[in-house]
Amino acid sequence: MQRGQWGPGAVALSIGLFLFVFLLVPVAQVIYVAFQDPNTGALTLINFIDFFNTSLFQESFVNSLYVAVMSVVLASAFAMPLAYFTTRFNFGGAILIQTLGIVPLIMPPFVGAVAMLLLFGENGSVNLIIDEWFGFTIPFMEGLNGVILVESVHYFPFILINLSAALNNIDRAMEESAQNLGASGMRLFRRIVFPLAMPGYVAGASLVFLKVFDDLATPLLLNINTMLAPQAYLRITSIGIGDPMGYVISVILVAFSLLSLWVSFLALRGKDYATAQKGGGGLMKRDLKAWEKIGCYAVVILILLLVLSPHIGLALLSFGTVWSFSVLPDAFTFAHYESVFSTATQYISNTLLYAGLAATIDVVFATAIAYVVWRTKLVGRQWLDFIAMGAVAIPGVVLGIGYLRTFVEFNVPIVDKPLASWWVIIVIALAIRRLPYALRACVAALQQVSVALEEAAENLGATKRRTVLRIVVPLMSGGIVAGFVTSFATAAVELSATIMLVSAQSDAPLAYGIYEFMQAAAGRGPGAALGIVAVLIVGIATYVSHRIIERKEIERTPEVALSTGA
Amino acid sequence: MRTMFRRRSIIIGAALTAVLFAAPYQARALENKLVIVTSYPPDTTVTVKKAFEAKHPGVKVEMLKKKTTAGIKYLQETSGNNTSDMFWASAPDAFEVLKGDSLLQKYQVKVTGIPEKIGAFPINDPDGYYKGFAASGYGIMWNSRYLKAKKLPVPKKWADLSKPIYHGHVGMSAPSRSGTTHLTVETLLQGEGWEKGWAMWKSIAGNFKTVTERSFGVPDGVNSGQFGLGIVIDFFGLSSKASGFPVDFLYPPVTTLVPANIAIVKNAPHPKAAAAFIEFLLSPAGQEVLLNPKIRRLPVNPVTYAKAPKGFPNPFKDKSIGAAVKFDLQRSKERYNVVNSLFDVMITYRMKDLRAATKAIQTAEAKLNGKSNAAARKLIDEAKALVAKMPIDAAKAGQKDFNKIFKKKRKKATTKVTGRQAEVEQTWDAMVKANYAKAEELANKAASML
Repeated sequence: MQRGQWGPGAVALSIGLFLFVFLLVPVAQVIYVAFQDPNTGALTLINFIDFFNTSLFQESFVNSLYVAVMSVVLASAFAMPLAYFTTRFNFGGAILIQTLGIVPLIMPPFVGAVAMLLLFGENGSVNLIIDEWFGFTIPFMEGLNGVILVESVHYFPFILINLSAALNNIDRAMEESAQNLGASGMRLFRRIVFPLAMPGYVAGASLVFLKVFDDLATPLLLNINTMLAPQAYLRITSIGIGDPMGYVISVILVAFSLLSLWVSFLALRGKDYATAQKGGGGLMKRDLKAWEKIGCYAVVILILLLVLSPHIGLALLSFGTVWSFSVLPDAFTFAHYESVFSTATQYISNTLLYAGLAATIDVVFATAIAYVVWRTKLVGRQWLDFIAMGAVAIPGVVLGIGYLRTFVEFNVPIVDKPLASWWVIIVIALAIRRLPYALRACVAALQQVSVALEEAAENLGATKRRTVLRIVVPLMSGGIVAGFVTSFATAAVELSATIMLVSAQSDAPLAYGIYEFMQAAAGRGPGAALGIVAVLIVGIATYVSHRIIERKEIERTPEVALSTGA
Repeated sequence: MRTMFRRRSIIIGAALTAVLFAAPYQARALENKLVIVTSYPPDTTVTVKKAFEAKHPGVKVEMLKKKTTAGIKYLQETSGNNTSDMFWASAPDAFEVLKGDSLLQKYQVKVTGIPEKIGAFPINDPDGYYKGFAASGYGIMWNSRYLKAKKLPVPKKWADLSKPIYHGHVGMSAPSRSGTTHLTVETLLQGEGWEKGWAMWKSIAGNFKTVTERSFGVPDGVNSGQFGLGIVIDFFGLSSKASGFPVDFLYPPVTTLVPANIAIVKNAPHPKAAAAFIEFLLSPAGQEVLLNPKIRRLPVNPVTYAKAPKGFPNPFKDKSIGAAVKFDLQRSKERYNVVNSLFDVMITYRMKDLRAATKAIQTAEAKLNGKSNAAARKLIDEAKALVAKMPIDAAKAGQKDFNKIFKKKRKKATTKVTGRQAEVEQTWDAMVKANYAKAEELANKAASML
């Protein structure tokens, strides 16, 4: 036992060191301001008292909370049918549906809300049609409605991915027993399947909650100012406003996010979700009756249409010439793609490099952290989890400024450049910011692996290292791939931290290019085209990794296992 | 792999420099690279970059696109180990901030023929740190299809935008978010006076559909038809029109022309190339690039207008553009942050309350129209006065000590100021919110009497 702690201990220590240097120190550099008296520079809590006394901030706080909760509700409504139908029934096109269901996560900044406004805004396509036929309009995008709609469409894949992974991991013998005992339909889902998939659902839902609570881009694009994250951002970035309130709000965002994570920990504590046998063992997927199938397809298509509407709008925008106060663009053209491919290929290769590296770092760290936290007795192991998750609550701007402040005078030896303006810093920023996604996915996967399997391996003489590499990691592979995909997909379109850190145009990623284009009247088309390219890249990557999971699952079914094991 | 690529490009760069040194070129004196931090879109930067590189083939220009505010932060944070040569953006006050932090380098321009002033505004920084290369003025842009569908007339002056017919159809950015918007707000305040100016802004803002976070959000919203009219800087309107959108633009009588600027960053790694860039931008060839339909900025060299397309505004000939207000830069600078904060507290963050109060007043006035009811009239006037009421007067807004509360930096640890911004803003907000609610109530009461 004592010897077994050394390996994980060293791993935990080096990850802890990495997080300390690249997360805690830079963030501390920035939020230190929150505790400084703006008049004297002394340490104080006066700024927090001001915060709670300001009616605007109270209002913002309530709005943020309301939007986050409603988005979780709406996102669950999108995710649950898709996840359940595709994992539990023989359903044509399940992989396609799963892939399409993840695409909304890949919405490059700026273009998503633009497309949604063009479709659902007060004078968007849908309302123009409704107005012409029935003489009224529906306020889809008015005020907080718009934020909730865009956020839940954008982030519901977090629930879908984690819930699907969890559903696939449930021992089907459980369901089989329940069915033998007479349960079916909703009752089977409500009493057996959903409770067993709880870790996945809670992992996804808490991510949605956190992301929406902290999200900056969507409210800003829809010009909603009375929420916490936009308030923090507006205060930090405005020239000439020197009060520490922006930093105070950042601290409060961090604190609140940690609190909600802790609540989700509490909700899952004391329950055992591990099943000894993995998915492939029991009952295979069930068949649906013809009319059930039609109903299910109708629901699935309706949901997919809604959640893919930003992309549909984006595609129209990228092929359209002028689209102004009309149901569809005036005419269609390929010119925008031509201009993108003649000027912007560097953005694409940079994005693949940065997001790929960042996601790789993320899953390696996430697997290690998950193992250390849930399988060892190291002192302070929970803190590793907390700190890594804390990154989810750090606004990108804060991290960006923190990096500039911390690393600008540190020259990297061989390349002889300040670390803050070397492209690797962008990769690190992306890895830190996306680590929480990978971590939640890996923790959920590990929670479903029974410790008995590891003990069995160790009883048979395998070392700790070998057990982890040959037993734990392969059994977690679904969750690990889910984590990789989420991290990669979202890193590929992140902007808020990178915009502070890009120091040469040749280092700029896609999101930055889109941002550049979208700042000019003539750039809307090319910007949308670049956005479509980004979506395609990540979509293809997602599809490929799904195929990998599928193949792994086939390998794990008993017959194949026997034949390869013989 | 990347570092290898880097190394190779360094070798190629070195080879290129060798070739250049061998050639009897004037370009020999320039460095082979130039890094410009800019807030301009690629339409502008790429076009100018191409023209410049054609003139100085040895110099490779790198444009680093940052939003103006982010660009300032970037230069401030990296000043310890600076890698940027120039800062190139619109808002003069952004350059003032950098100048104040002594992050800019003085430069004496060699090109001649640029006048001292455009409209009522000096083109160059009197201290010689930054140079105006183009001018821009604020105005109103509108979507023709939108106006036609909603049967709205084209407005001619700022006051038109406060008419009830435009309720919910107007968009604008916040002065705290965009330096040029700040100038528009300040221009009207100086032109109409503090109380009257703010009353005018609030009655226009009561018609706002939205206050956008980015200044580009306004032309974007008008172009796509989210709202019909926008208060924008001229080149947004002119370039949108040139890109084929069904939009148009005009300058109202009270506007001011402001130079867009360029400056060399202190300790620039490539100072000679930077100097050449300024000279190029101000030369006839560089000025002509501004007339490109995708850029559409007003050149500062009067001669260039001879080559402009028909109907292109010429502030050196048409004295009505930007000359009505004698803009007092000093006063604007003194109360800069207070004006921003007031606008946000009273308008941006209280949009819903302000809109509701304005709507109620407009409804009551429409009902009153043609009838005589002294009591209702009195209530409406009271409601209007409540909406217009300012938390502070012009004297207070210009006070040095008061402005210190809103100032960004305590330069030294020993600097001491009393009062905190959040505290001040909370008092304003409480007052404004109560006034708007009361105004709505009074207007509703008036309406019920009619």
